[in-house]
Formats: sequence, structure tokens, C-alpha cells
Amino acid sequence: MMAMSSSATASNAPLTKRQRTSPYPTWFFLPAAIIYGVLFLFPTFSSIYFSLTRWTLFDSTFIGLDNFAQFFREPFLIQGVINTIIFALVTCTLKVVFGLGLAVLLTSDIRMRALLRSIVFFPVLVSAVGVGIAFTAMMHPTRGIINIALDLVGISGPGWLTNPALAIYSVALVEVWRGVGLATVIFIAGIMSIPQDYYEAARIDGASAWERFCYITLPLSRPATVTVIILSFIHGLRNFELVWAMTRGGPGFASDVLASVIYKQYQAGFYGLSTAGNVVLFVLIALMAIPLYIYLNRREGHQ
Amino acid sequence: MNTKTARHLMVGSAVSALMLTSTAVQAQTVNLTMLVDNASHTVAISEALVAAFEADNPDISIDIETRPGGGEGDNIVKTRLATGQMTDIFWYNSGSLLQALNPAQTLIDLSDEPYMDDIADSFKQVVSVGEEIFGVPTRPAEAGGIFYNRAIYDELGLEIPLTWDAFMANNEAIAAAGHTPVIQTYRDTWTSQLFVLADFYNVLAQEPDWAERYTNNEAKYATSAIALRGFEKLAEVHDAGFLNADFGAAGYEDGLRMVVEGEGAHYPMITFAIPAISDTFGDAIENVGFFAQPGDSAEENGLTVWMPAALYIPQTTSDEEAARRFLAFVASPEGCAVQNEAVAVNGPYLINGCELPEDVAGVVRDLLPYFEEGGNNAPALEFLSPIKGPLLEQLTVEVGSGIRPPQDAAALYDQDVVRQAQQLGLDGW
Amino acid sequence: MIALRRYGLTVIAVFSTVIIFIVPFLFIVLTAIKDRTEAARLDFSWPTNFPVWENFWTVISTRNFMLVTAYINSTLITVGAVTLLVILAAMVGYVRQRRKGWWNGLVDFLVLAGLMMPPAVVPTIWLLQEIGLFATLHGMVFIQVAYNLSFCIILYRAFIATIPRELDEAAIIDGARPLDVFFRVILPLLKPVTVTVIVVQSVTIFNDFVNPLYYLPGNQNVTVQLTLYNFQSQFSTAYNLLFMNILLVTIPPLIVFLFYNRQIVAGMTAGAVKG
Repeated sequence: MMAMSSSATASNAPLTKRQRTSPYPTWFFLPAAIIYGVLFLFPTFSSIYFSLTRWTLFDSTFIGLDNFAQFFREPFLIQGVINTIIFALVTCTLKVVFGLGLAVLLTSDIRMRALLRSIVFFPVLVSAVGVGIAFTAMMHPTRGIINIALDLVGISGPGWLTNPALAIYSVALVEVWRGVGLATVIFIAGIMSIPQDYYEAARIDGASAWERFCYITLPLSRPATVTVIILSFIHGLRNFELVWAMTRGGPGFASDVLASVIYKQYQAGFYGLSTAGNVVLFVLIALMAIPLYIYLNRREGHQ
Repeated sequence: MNTKTARHLMVGSAVSALMLTSTAVQAQTVNLTMLVDNASHTVAISEALVAAFEADNPDISIDIETRPGGGEGDNIVKTRLATGQMTDIFWYNSGSLLQALNPAQTLIDLSDEPYMDDIADSFKQVVSVGEEIFGVPTRPAEAGGIFYNRAIYDELGLEIPLTWDAFMANNEAIAAAGHTPVIQTYRDTWTSQLFVLADFYNVLAQEPDWAERYTNNEAKYATSAIALRGFEKLAEVHDAGFLNADFGAAGYEDGLRMVVEGEGAHYPMITFAIPAISDTFGDAIENVGFFAQPGDSAEENGLTVWMPAALYIPQTTSDEEAARRFLAFVASPEGCAVQNEAVAVNGPYLINGCELPEDVAGVVRDLLPYFEEGGNNAPALEFLSPIKGPLLEQLTVEVGSGIRPPQDAAALYDQDVVRQAQQLGLDGW
Repeated sequence: MIALRRYGLTVIAVFSTVIIFIVPFLFIVLTAIKDRTEAARLDFSWPTNFPVWENFWTVISTRNFMLVTAYINSTLITVGAVTLLVILAAMVGYVRQRRKGWWNGLVDFLVLAGLMMPPAVVPTIWLLQEIGLFATLHGMVFIQVAYNLSFCIILYRAFIATIPRELDEAAIIDGARPLDVFFRVILPLLKPVTVTVIVVQSVTIFNDFVNPLYYLPGNQNVTVQLTLYNFQSQFSTAYNLLFMNILLVTIPPLIVFLFYNRQIVAGMTAGAVKG
């Protein structure tokens, strides 16, 4: 680390005493790097070796790229990729829109603000298992409260989870319900760090609430927006907790996402194959998330 | 008695009492751990067996640890065995799932135990590799077939069907009388496999070497007319409109309630459901009966049998001697008696000398003839072949929901099991 | 007129929020206070009897008061891991945001990799066994830190950008050392995001179940989410007890959240003064 920091400063041309002891020392990375490197990076990336083997946990045989070939022959892979992208886009977009809306509402001067915040955040606290069971019951085609309520206004509700064309969207909506509280608290933190005098100045200039939102809140809560987009997009691509709790990828294979396909291989004991699947999923996420990350952060730099 | 002797006596008895307790403490040194799945009956039976065993063997105590069941549980068991972290004794499936644990390298061979002579050969086969035997049965034999509602059968004067055609005719009559003929519960996807899995007796009745040829990559579901029947039967009950309206959203426990309360006439299921029914519905268990899934010929009617889970000792056990003593207890008639007390019995025991209680439920009495002289039964495929693919339950949901034709699903399933065979390193794949 | 319409819109927004968020919550509470047979129907009916106390006591006392042990373990793990996470992630986010260097791209990639790549269970167990951290609470703390660092670093990095550089430069000119600048100047200004990190990570770690399931075996090591398995198995589920258990394990994170809420209100007034 010492060598690294001095070589880094050396490249910054004129070597003064101030720069040698930078106020932002790179050893600040060190404690995090050790824990992260030893307990996450090392075992995870060394396990990639097993994607080239037939692995029973008890022993492994090297088989080259067979697992990858097998993974790409998975019968419902295309469907799984499409579902993964649908799920990530729907949940990410709705979390940003509703999260920002709720954050504005919950930082404004309304009554019962504290209570409302607790209500919005509560789903984040409840385990996915509980949320899954509760919504599966409420989405029951005949006995579920949602379709009973729709009946009252004369709409006959669909089989939210039993209709193959609908299941993945239903699960995505529940994911939004469960995760929007998280987006909201990040947006609240973002709005909180906007200095109040901007709003006061705008108010004195006679800006409407909508104008204040467009010209102050939206641009200045950008760090929060970027964070929510990145986190919920990657979460949407990788997470399958609710898919598993509500439909197990069904009916049939209609709501399978890549992560649930891989998890099923893992459960079936195909450890080499599922490791290969994780590598494929990692590459796929990286191909989408890294450009997005660079794009969003570049715009920040220009500002 | 003077005070001096009294004092001596008191001191003496205090000392001997001290010694007694200290020997008791010393003897209480063997602590075993046991990993079982978290199904309420597994936990109840384990607790009862451990309590009875500890009462007889004060020098051993056993601490029960639970784990989830299903695929997650398979992973935990494999992970703990592979990393040397298994408990001293553990409870796990027999048959194909056991084979994936690499038993010859990880488990202790129990074939030299005297009680092995009293255990049914059919069970020993499913916990063995070569000459080595690794487990003792935890439960009576189980079977897959069809639970039916007696009241509906009585009301319509129906006979127990011995052929598939007779079964479909019954369904017709039941539907005509305004009842739901067949219950399916696809929220719990695993329940959708029963029509396929419980049809296996009928496959073997026609082609006795089917399982062997299946393992050798010679027989396939899609190309074997008799094996395909299971998928076709599932499609037939759906296409005839015999299913409950909410088959896609109902779950296993809904299914049990519906067949007990007469909301539906037939529910294909494994008999491990009997203790669950007895727990939840008490005496109403007498509302249900049981018959084997019928094939095409009445003469060859018989039952597809599931072997119960077993208790095993890993080679990493901390005290093999004590662990063996516990397994010997479980494999004895005393062990069976403890089970009879703990949960409702659901079939004939696989241990010589184990008796069923007098007052078994009617549904269990329906089951017994298949196991007696002259009765017909055969093991389910997963006890004859190590090959079982993970996608079967999703494919059967599709067939049973009319999303995919049976022929297609069978072909996809044949494709699915290739990975399993390769993973196991079987010849000819 | 306009004010009235705005008022109406707010009322509608608040009302629909309450409906959407409260109804599923009511379902969970209702199920938790039913008896087993009624709960198994999983419908929205009013219970005919209320075995609240029985359900509560069964959940607490099952398997030798497992839930109590679980509360203690989960709390210890959560407090330890969140403390480390806040300090370590803020340090990384701070230097990463403030200083340009060749390593920035690499750091970003590794941080994102933590979100994109699921950890490999079995190799991690081998490693933990090697370094003597397997099946220990402090081992679990380090695992949680390793697995959640990425999330926290991304959050800190984004919000450190909102703190004017002039503030740390002023402190540096005054002769403050890097650690002083960080702990005395930067960290206090990061309060809104720190509170967010604390509340989000407390929930995540307290509610985690996959990692303890594999890395922390043993009855004495049980954590709260694993107690749910007492009432839910592949073949039978006691929905009333399961939901009672879910409610009970939700209480500690809820307390953390209520505390957070007060901090946010405090932050609002502080922000106003600062402005």
C-alpha cells in the first residue's frame, strides 16, 4: 500500500511535501480492502475455477467449458433472460418514480409525517417469506382480497400469479411494494442534504411548488437518484427472493429469472453448472450495469 | 444412635451422594448432536425418540438441530458433509438423494449391526452401496396413490377403481353430481408430480426392467408408451375439466382440507400426509380412504411404494459407539412403539417385530392389503434409479395446467435428466 | 382554488399510500392472531377467537426459547457489523470521491462486483475453517461486513460529493491530520446518509438468513430468520405462528427505524440552521 500511494503521487509530477502526505491517504482503503478481499473476492473469484469442473462438493473433475455449453442449452434460458430484464426494468423504474414521489411527499410539511414514513418503510422490515405468503394469498384469483375488491367495482380480476403472461409483472409489483421504502429513505437523505436557502430564495422569487421540484429538488438530489438507479437495477437483475417465495418461477417456467434458474441448478446439486451460470449472470449484469454506472457518473462530473 | 455416629453417617452419605453425583456427571459426558429436517412430524418423532433413548441411557444426551427441507436442505446436508461439519447423527432421505452424498466415503457402514437382519431387504437396498448399509428407517413404508373422500363415494355408490378407465368413469359421475372430481394444488409445485411418480408400479408391471434400462440411458419417458402414460393421465384429468377451479393457486394444505371436507373427491398424494391430516382434522381422517393409482389392467393393480427417510452416522461423528447405540434403539420394536405414540402411524413398519397399534385409521387399513401376501407393490423410480431431474415439477405443472402437451413435457424431462446422469458420472451418458 | 386542489391531491396521495401499505400489513397481523385452522385459509376474515397470547407464548418458547437466543445473536452480529460498515465504507467512499488516481476504476469495479457476483458458499466455508472463523459470531460479523460493503460504499461515495470540498480544505489548512478531517469534519456532515446506512444495513443483516444458515450452524448460534423454520416446512406451515414470529422479529428493526425517523427530523432543523 505504501508503495502504491507513493507511486501514485509520483505520477502527479511536482513532488512536494504536501502531496507526499495527501490529506486523502490511500490507506483509508486498507481495512475495508482486507476484509472484502479475504472474505469475498478471494473465495468468490477462485470458485470460478469450479465452473470448469463437474463438482459434487465431494470431488471435482475438470471438464473444460462443458458447463457453459450446457448452461446455454438450458431449455428456458431465453425466457429467463427476457424475464430478468423485464423484472429489473419494471422494478427499477417504479422504485425511482414512486420513491422520489414519496420522498417529496414525506419531506413536505404534512401532518402525520413520521407515521407515514414508518408505514412506507415497514415492508422493508418484513421478511421476503412473509411478504411472499401474504401477497400470494391476496392475489388468489377467487378468494384473494385484490380480486374481491375489483369485483365490487365490477371488474373481474385476473389470475395474478396463475396466468403465465402476468406472473412476472405481479411479482415485480410486489417487489416494488417491498423495496420502495428503501428507495424512499435514500431520496429523503438526498433531499435533506439540499440547503434550505435554495428553497427560500426560490420562494422569494415566487417559484411554484412544481418549479421548485423541477429546478431544485430534481437536479440537486441527483446523487440519491444515481444511487437508487444503480442499486435497484442490479438488485432487480440478481435478486429472486420474491420470485422464489411467490411462484418458484411458475406457472411452469413463465416467471423464471436467470437467478432462479441458477438457484434451481444449485439446489439440484449441479454445483459446477450453477457456478458457470453465476459467471454468465455476472458478465451479463456487468455488461449492462457498468456502462450505466459510467454514464450516470460522467454526467455528474459535467454538472 | 449417638450424635457422633449420626454425624459420621451424615458425612458418609453426603460423601457418597457427592460421589454419586460426580459419577453421574462424569457418565453424562457423551453429548451428541443430530440434524433433522424441520417438518413438524420429523421434529416430533426425533424428540420422542431422543427422550425415550435418554431415559434408558442416562450417559448419553442428544441435542436436536433442525434444517429446512427440500432442495435447500439437500444443500445444507451436502455442504456440511463436504466440509466435515456434519452433526454426529443425521436424518436424510433414502434412495437417489442418498447416493448424491457419496456415502461410501462419508458415512459409517452399519452392515455388521445385529439388528440389520430384522430390517426389510426392500429398505436396506435403498440405503446401501454394494455390501455396505448406511441407515436405519425412521418411519413406516409410505406409498403414493390417490386419497378419496368416502362420503362422495358412498353418496354416489362408487367402487374403488382398478383401471384408469374406471377411475375416469368415477370422475365423470362425480362431476355430474356437481362435485369436483380431482384436486390439484400447484402453488406447491411438488404436488403436481404425483400422477407421474405414482404411476410407476404400472410401468414396472408392463416392463419389469424399465428402471434399469432408464439408468443405462436406454429407456426414455417420451419414447416409452407405458412411461408416457403418467404424463398423459395428468393431461386427461385437466382436459376433461375435472380439476378444482383454483388448481393453480391452491396449496398442499388446501388439497388435504378439500379431500377431507368433501370439496373434492380425489387427491393424489403420498401417505406421509396421513399424520398431517390426523393433526389438523382429528377424527375427520375417517372421511378419507386411499387406493393405488390404477393402470390399464385390473389384474395388475398395485401400489407404488416410497421408502422413508433414514438416520445415518457420518464418519466425522464425535462418538461412533454412542451414535450406533441410538440407531440400534431406533431400529428396535421399542423405537417403533415410541413412534406410534408420537404421531399417527401411516403404514406398515419395515422392522421385524414392530406392531401397528390396534386403532389405526381406516385410510391406513386401505393401504395394508397391498403390502400383505398376494398384494402387489413396487418401489417408486427414485428408489431404483439415481436419476431424477430437477425440472419435473415445473413440467408437470405445465401439463396439468394445459400449457404443454404431455409428449413435449416428457421429451423435455428426458433432456433434463441428462445433466443429473452426467453429474453422477454414470456410464453411457 | 389552486391551494384547495393541491390540498385535495395531497389527501389522495396520502390516502392511497395508506391503503396500499396498510392492507398487506393488516393481513399479516390478522393472520398472526388467528388459530391455526382459520389462519390456514389465508383469507381476510375477522378471527372468531383471538389466541393472541397463546400464539405469542408458543412462538417465544418453542424449542427452548430459541427466539430469545436468536434475538441476542442477531443483535450482536448486527451491531458489530453495522459499526464496522459505517466507518470502513465511509473511509473508502471519502478517499475514492476526493482523490483522483489510477486505481479509481479498479475500486469502482471491485465495489460493483460485490453487488453483481453472488458469494461462493463452499469455498468460503473452507476459508473460514482455515482461519478459525467458521461457526463463530465474530466470523459472521466479518462476513456481513464483506458482503455489504459495496452497498454502503456506493451510498457514501454519492453523498460525499454533496459536501463542499472547501470544508475539508479549510480544516487541512488549519493543520488537521487526515483522520481528524475525516472523523471531525466529514463524518458529522454525513449524518443523513449515515443514518440511512445504519437503518438499511441493520434491517438487511438482522433479517439475513442464507448466510447464517451456512456459516453459523449450531443451535446456540441460531439467528432470528432461522426461527421462522420452526413453523414453516415443506409439508406443513402453521401460518398463525409463522406470522406472529415474523411480527416479533420485525420489532427490533422497527425500533431502529423509529430512532432513525427522529434523527431525520433533527437533521431537517439542523439543515435549516446551516442554510
